Amino acid sequence: MSFREEHELHKRRSGRNIGVGLVLAGFIVLVFGLTVVKVTRGDMQMPSSEEVGASADGNG
Amino acid sequence: MSDTSFNTQAQTGEAGFGDYVALLKPRVMSLVVFTAAVGLLAAPVAVHPVVALASVLFIAVGAGASGALNMWWDADIDAVMKRTAQRPVPAGLVTAQEALAIGAALSGMAVVMLALASNFVAAGLLAFTIFFYAVVYTMWLKRWTPQNIVIGGAAGAFPPMIGWAVATGGVSLESVLMFALIFMWTPPHFWALCLFMNSDYENAGVPMLTVTHGRRVTRRHVLAYTILLAPVAVGTAFTAIGGPIYLSVAVVLNALFLKGAFDIWRRDEAQAQADKYRVEKRFFALSLLYLFAHFGAILAEAALAPLGLGGW
Repeated sequence: MSFREEHELHKRRSGRNIGVGLVLAGFIVLVFGLTVVKVTRGDMQMPSSEEVGASADGNG
Repeated sequence: MSDTSFNTQAQTGEAGFGDYVALLKPRVMSLVVFTAAVGLLAAPVAVHPVVALASVLFIAVGAGASGALNMWWDADIDAVMKRTAQRPVPAGLVTAQEALAIGAALSGMAVVMLALASNFVAAGLLAFTIFFYAVVYTMWLKRWTPQNIVIGGAAGAFPPMIGWAVATGGVSLESVLMFALIFMWTPPHFWALCLFMNSDYENAGVPMLTVTHGRRVTRRHVLAYTILLAPVAVGTAFTAIGGPIYLSVAVVLNALFLKGAFDIWRRDEAQAQADKYRVEKRFFALSLLYLFAHFGAILAEAALAPLGLGGW
């Protein structure tokens, strides 16, 4: 058996591995899309430095 | 290690990707996707398409995860029943421990991701749905009481309520009515199946109504729940999610459903066996159309509302 020959286990599980790979890739795309939407809509906006300063001074 | 120590997939019965998908009960998931999407789209608050897609997907994954937990716990009775013997765990393709691990991991992931994608109310409802299906129904009710389907049906009724919560962040009369529609529909749908699945549940020792109280009582229950379902289904027409399209669909289908339930009630076992449960099978098929058409009509009302055609 040559060193480069694909192991039988890899052949046998290729369908499962490709499936899991595609699901994970889809999940990454989905999370990325969600992040873009949340950031651009301002859902994830951090308080501005002025707001933080005002609340620290007790004026908030 | 030589290659001879590895057998082919067919010989070992090793699970393929499709077997893991089957673990998530894709047919139930498709119904969950549909009803959750309708709940989300019928809500009066617009949701960004990406958020809507992600939320429905996570609701579906949560439902699938509870299906995997159900297959883990019920592997012993699934193996006995004809209808379920080919599921991945009883078929020996996926171990029960794998089903548990996949179910638990996907449950946690789905709830956390839904909370991040939408809100905590929707995520809380999804967590409760998974708990209700996996623990209350599967572990407790299913093997204990013939009312298992009635109470357990709540798990399948939550998805439109979760979809509504994704959009609105809360619960309202409309979402409760969508819940009630599926909740009241589940018993006649399942008991009709029990009537023509014959000895499957009996062999598995599951206390279905047909097993504990007999077929006469089951026929009476199918009629009773169908009568109780009708006002819920028709009444929904007069809320914010209803309208003339929904009302027309609800009136026609409830009349047909009541007629079917009446036919089931008035015949006896000898008649049913003579025509191979034709009436019961027809009623079961109608029940699938019934639910699809009701939620389709709610969706149609929501889709036509911006054109001034949907709703009252």
